[in-house]
Order: sequence, then structure tokens, then C-alpha cells
Amino acid sequence: MSAVQETVTEAPAIDAVPKRAMTLGTGTSLVMLALLILVPLFVKNFIIFQLTMLLIYGLAVLALNILTGGSGQFSLGQSAFYAVGAYTSAILMEHAGVNYALTLPVAGVVCFGFGFLFGQPALRLSGVYLALATFALATAMPQLLKLGVFETWTGGVQGLVVTKPDAPFGLPMSQDMWLYYFTLVITVAIYIFSVNLLRSRSGRAFMAIRDNEIAASAMGIDVALYKTLAFGVSAGITGVAGGLGAIAVQFVAPDGYTITLAISLFLGMVVGGVGWLPGSIVGSAFIIFVPNIAEGISKGLSGAVFGVLLFLVIFLVPHGARQVATVAQQLLGKLKKS
Amino acid sequence: MELFTNQVLAGVATGAIYACMALAVVMIYQAIDHLNFAQGEMAMFSTFISWQLMQWGVPYWAAFVLTLGISFAGGIAIERLLFKPLAKAPILTNVAGFIALFAIINSVAGLIWDFTIKQYPTPFGSSPFLGSQLISTHQAGMIGVTVLLLIALYIFFQFTRIGLAMRAAASLPESARLVGINTSWMIALGWGMAAAIGSIAGMLIAPVVFLEPNMMGGVLIYGFAAAVLGGLTSPFGAVIGGFLVGIVENLAGTYIPGVGNELKLPIALALIITVLVVKPAGLFGRPIVRRV
Amino acid sequence: MTAMLNIRDLNAYYGQVQALHGLEFALNEGSVTTLLGANGAGKTTTLRAICNMVRTTGAIEFDGAPLSGRSTENIVRLGIAHVPQGRGTFTTMTVEENLQLGAITRSDRAAVVTDIERMYEHFPVLKQRHAQQAGTLSGGEQQMLAVARALMLRPRLMLLDEPSFGLAPLIVRDLFKILGKINRDEKVTILVVEQNAQLALELADQAYVIETGRIVMSGSAAEIANNEDVRKSYLGY
Repeated sequence: MSAVQETVTEAPAIDAVPKRAMTLGTGTSLVMLALLILVPLFVKNFIIFQLTMLLIYGLAVLALNILTGGSGQFSLGQSAFYAVGAYTSAILMEHAGVNYALTLPVAGVVCFGFGFLFGQPALRLSGVYLALATFALATAMPQLLKLGVFETWTGGVQGLVVTKPDAPFGLPMSQDMWLYYFTLVITVAIYIFSVNLLRSRSGRAFMAIRDNEIAASAMGIDVALYKTLAFGVSAGITGVAGGLGAIAVQFVAPDGYTITLAISLFLGMVVGGVGWLPGSIVGSAFIIFVPNIAEGISKGLSGAVFGVLLFLVIFLVPHGARQVATVAQQLLGKLKKS
Repeated sequence: MELFTNQVLAGVATGAIYACMALAVVMIYQAIDHLNFAQGEMAMFSTFISWQLMQWGVPYWAAFVLTLGISFAGGIAIERLLFKPLAKAPILTNVAGFIALFAIINSVAGLIWDFTIKQYPTPFGSSPFLGSQLISTHQAGMIGVTVLLLIALYIFFQFTRIGLAMRAAASLPESARLVGINTSWMIALGWGMAAAIGSIAGMLIAPVVFLEPNMMGGVLIYGFAAAVLGGLTSPFGAVIGGFLVGIVENLAGTYIPGVGNELKLPIALALIITVLVVKPAGLFGRPIVRRV
Repeated sequence: MTAMLNIRDLNAYYGQVQALHGLEFALNEGSVTTLLGANGAGKTTTLRAICNMVRTTGAIEFDGAPLSGRSTENIVRLGIAHVPQGRGTFTTMTVEENLQLGAITRSDRAAVVTDIERMYEHFPVLKQRHAQQAGTLSGGEQQMLAVARALMLRPRLMLLDEPSFGLAPLIVRDLFKILGKINRDEKVTILVVEQNAQLALELADQAYVIETGRIVMSGSAAEIANNEDVRKSYLGY
């Protein structure tokens, strides 16, 4: 099909948020940030823990957004990177006595390397083939973690218990609250980094590759480098999230990082809006809270209820939370005019 | 050497399962250009329906045929109700739809028939096939049915007008509409056929893996892998792919040290992916020439 | 002469963008009409609008019956064959399968077989390559295949979108000769959209010129060919 025919056939959907705008406006961002800072001061520890997990899974979904929404590479294997990050932190903390905060950059770098390496063979695969490859990675990971050879480090099937840190400098807050704010700072930092990454030359290279790989390489973009870079960055962020997760949940075990996690993260990305970074937290909320809601509605049919709720979401907003934001933006625009 | 041949033969026998599932996978791929993750669950549900019919006294072959019909209609219904509305949505949203369907079917099956394992009859008996210790009559029957299905599908796609129309609709929907083909109904038909083939796969597999709501999980993945290995555009490739996957799985388990049951799947997948890196369109797939 | 295709006040939209503004024209049965215009003028959009492949308002009537609200495939079944830009060849199928697809909605199977033979007479190169994958044909051959496929419908109206695109001049000349023959012998009404004004005006009886979604000139092909502005803008002299 000639390029001309393609432009003619693609009747553009009403997409007021152009593909490049992968973020929120400044006003909304500040409101969100304020909420994230203030809400934990008024709720119980268990809720704070859930909010921490919200941020952590949000990071993981964000990472997937960079990979799939940004560079167009489909991954069902994020749970593998999450697991590696989690175990890296756990092993460093419990076997080497490393301070929890320092384990996170290590987890990030290790996973970056791992992702970068995985990106190499993945270069020749795309679409359904890449999905299968990443799926293989995700299913292999729990088994690899159970292997006898690694048992002294990984704790085998039982896994490892992780010590939750106290607030430093004797600050008067619970472990959960300290961990929440610690996670929040990291999340905001990574979010800002990601936004800037996508706005940078590298980000544009990612998106060029996503939209038309052949044209991108014809323009001189080193497709191989950027694709593996995207995998690396995505894996690195997921690894940091995994490390934080290990600390928050206080243990790591192979069966906590199965393909179900990878699928959940994928669903989180779709519900949040593929490639829309702020949507990551909406997606995270969906995958954390909706299964509980489903179980509350019907214990025996919790899976079916979850499926129905998921269908409802994708029927109403096929483009995820980003679509809601777009519509809201348009409504606000109309209100301002009148 | 004898161990090797035995394992290969055993692999062919288990491979028939994957070959059958792979046919259903290729069928749906022909229709909608992607893989339906809920395919296995649909097959499982169909098998439960046939089981239920037999519980109510319907004889095996009557139940088989009825289930085929019900599955065909069910596949069309699911497409019309759940996926036609998503036709204009992005691919990833559709994938989320498949996952949702998976969750629903699995959960409902569990509720109706619970998770205890059930025996499922085979029309072929399970005595050794031609005296061989490695292949039972049922496994031989599976291979036979799979081959018959393959021939039927080949005839359908190559020699019937509807088959030609379906291929056209899958290949270039807009051009297909310009020759008068109702592409929307071609997709529904594809779903129906995939559901029917899946039900056959399920009814053949159940005697071996026993009937329970989670029976198709691993089988589906191997079915995908087999279809991809064989080349997603080739039903023949899917069947060969199925047998190869069965063989590889068995050999990996036998010869690679430390590989217990749990690692067989990732290793098999890894080997398949290696093949794909070398031959991206699969063994028998037609490489797609993209003119820029 | 009856107007086979009647278009009144046609507007077409891609999303929020309006591509056609109040288009009006009519095609007489048995005629060859050409729609000329530069890139982006709206030629392709006009053909797509007739086949309901783009959002429109306004009236399109074929043999007096309105086409709006009908799906593309149903419009085709009324006897309108559309050879799209880029040819739309089923590249993974053989030449013969492509021809069979052109006739897929017909129920007179025996006649289809003779029609395929007739296509091979019009286009001998297709007979040579009848078992080859269509994607391996050259541009000119694929264009012939696309026209042949359209003819397999036994259409009353044939829409052609830039058939000369990407083809060598001699091949285009041959193609247009065949189109003329088809119009005379098989009584197919033709609407051909072209950038290559010279050949199109030689073939056609009627001509329209479209600019930014509006018809700016209409008349017989001879009149348009002799028009000062057209000669400067489209014919180069």
C-alpha cells in the first residue's frame, strides 16, 4: 500500500490529545501531587500500604507504557524484570546487609542490563512473536527462581523474608508511612525522568520506531540501539518497582511473580491508556482494587465479575483513562468558551 | 538410540494434542489477524458441554456433533456481542478483551462444574495401537482426526468460494469489501469455525489430560507456539509445528539435565523462538513482502 | 440519456476535516467521464464517497436509488466496481484467485469461468502468469489485474482511481486503449480519476476538474482539453 493510500484510509479518530502529548497539564499534575502527599496523613496504616503498592505497580505500568506505548514493543514479560528487581533487593539486604535504599539503584541497573540483553534477540521479533517470547520469559522466571542451584541465595520455593526499614533519623512516623513517602519521592523522580525521556531525542526516536520502523531507520535512527534501550529502561524501572515491592511486602517468593502479574500489568496499561504516562496510576488502581471488588460481589464467580468489569471499561473507554481525560479536557474547553 | 526413538514417538503422540489446538489457533488468526487468548477456555467449555450432554444420556457421537454445532454458534455469538463493538478499538484493547473472556469462561466453568477432575471418554479406546507400547489407540485416533481436519480445512480454504472469501477478507479487508464481500460476517464465521475446531481439540485432549477448568492452560500455549513455529498462515505448518513441539518438549525433558516438568515449557518456547529468530515467518509461513 | 449516477451537494469528511464541498455532477450511462485534479484535490475522496468508505452528507443516486446508508459491499453488489488507488491487489493470492474474487458475489458459475477466459483475452500477460502470486507481478501487470478483477463483477459502472500511477507511459497508453474498448464493447460506464490529464481527456467523453474539494469546471472532454487554464495547469502548454 502506498503511503498516500495509508493516509487516505486512516480516517483519524477524534483524538484531540495528539500522540506526542503523553502527559498531563501542569495544573492537574500539581493537584495529583498534593493529593498523593496529603492523603496518607489521614488514613490507617493498611491503606497507606495499599497506596504504596498503588505507586509501585504504577511504576511498573509506567515502564510498560514506555516500552509498548513509547517504542511499540509488546511485552508480556514484565513480571520477570519485576522479580529480578525484587530478588536483587532482597538478596542484597538479607545476605549482604546492604541498606534498603542503596539496593534500589542496583536493582535498577541489574534489570536495565537484563532488559537490554533480552532486547537483543527480541530485535528480530515483533507483534505476536515478541509476545510469545516475552511470555516465555515470564513463565520461565518462577521456575528459574526455584532452581536448586540458586537456593542458597534465593531461598528456593520458600523465598526470603525481607526486613522492613524504620523511618530514619528517628522521625515520628510508622514504617508504612515512611516507606510510602520514600516510594513517592522515587515515583515522582522516575515519572519526571520518563516524561523528559519521551520528550527528548530518544523519546522521539522511540515513537518514530513505534509508528513506522522502516521509515525511522530510513531517517537514520539506529533502530536496534533504541529498541534495546527501550527494553533496558523499561526493565530498569520495573526492577526498581520490584525492589520497592519486596520491601513493602516484606518477602519475596517465586510464585509471587507469575505470568498473572505480567498479564495484570498489561491490563493496567490498557485501562490507563496505552502510552499515556499519567494513566499508569489509574491502571495500577484498576489491577489492585477491581479484583477485590469482584471478589466482594461474588466469591464463586470473582473471575467472571472481573472479566465483565474489564469488558465494561473497554467498551466505554477503549482508549483507557486517556480517553476520559481527553473528553474532560474538551468539556472544560467548551465551558471556558461559554 | 532406542530411548531417542521412543521419546520422539511419544512426542509425536502428545504433539497431536498441540497440533489440534494449533489448527484452531491458525483458524482464528486467518480470520482476525491476531491470536485469541481465550481460545483454550472456549475449547474447555465446549468439552464440558459435551460431557454434560453425555451425563444426561446422550450417546458419544451425538454429543460430539451437537457440541460442534453449539460451539460454532457460540463462537459467532461471542464475536457479534463482545468483539464486533471492539472492531474499531486498538489491538491492545482487543487483547484485553480476550483476557477478560478468558477470566469469564474459566470462572463460569468452575462454578458450574467445579474444579475436581473428571474422566472423559474416548471413542477410540485406550489399548496399545498396533501392539506398540508408545502409542495408544486413542492417540492414534487423535492423530487421525487432526489429519482429517487439516485436509478438510485445506479443501475449504483452497477450493470453496467461502474459503476464498475468508482468505481475502483476512488479507485485505478493504479490497475484499470492494469485491462485495461482507468482511464483518467473515470474521464472525472465522470465530465460529475456530470455536468448532477448538471444541474438537478439547474433546480429543480431555481423555488424556482429564477434564477440569484449567486443563487447557498449558495446551493453549503449546498450541500458540506450534502455530507460530509452523507459520501462522499455514494450517499444514500448524500440524507439523504441533508434532515438533511435542517432540521437542519430550526430548528437552529427557536429555537436558535439571529440566523437570516446570522448565519444559519455557525451554520449548525458547527453542521455538530461536527458530523464529532465524526464520521469522515460521517454518511454512509465507514471508510477507512489505512494499514501502 | 439517463443519468446513471447522480451526485448532489456531496460533502465528505475525514474526522473533523472537510474534504469535499457541495459536489455536484452526473454520469450518463455508457459514457466515459474523467475527474481531473492535482494531488489532494479530492479525487480519491470522491470515489470513496460513492462507495461509502468515508463519512458523507448529501445525495448519491445510482439508477435513481440512493446509495447512502448502504455498506460498501452492498454498493458493490449493485454493480459498481471500484479499482482503488494502489490497486488493492490480493498479493498473497494467485492471479486467477484474484479474478475469482472479482466474481465472488455472482451465482452464475459457468459464466464466471468464461469471463475469466475473456479477461485472459483482453490481458494475455495475465494468462501467462495465472498461477503466480499476484504480489510478484509488475506494477503495470497488477494494474491490468485490478481492472480485470473489477470487470469480473460484470459491473455497470467502473470507478478507477489513478490507474496510470507509477506506470510507464507506453503501458498507460495500452491500458487506456483497453479501457476504451471495454467501454464500447461491454457497455461499461466508466469514471476515471486521473492526474495524467492528457490521456484521460483523450479517452473520456465528459470531464470535470476538481480543486480543493470543489468542482471548478465541467464540460465535454474536448472543451476541457481546449480550455486555456486547463492547458496551462494540467496539460503543460
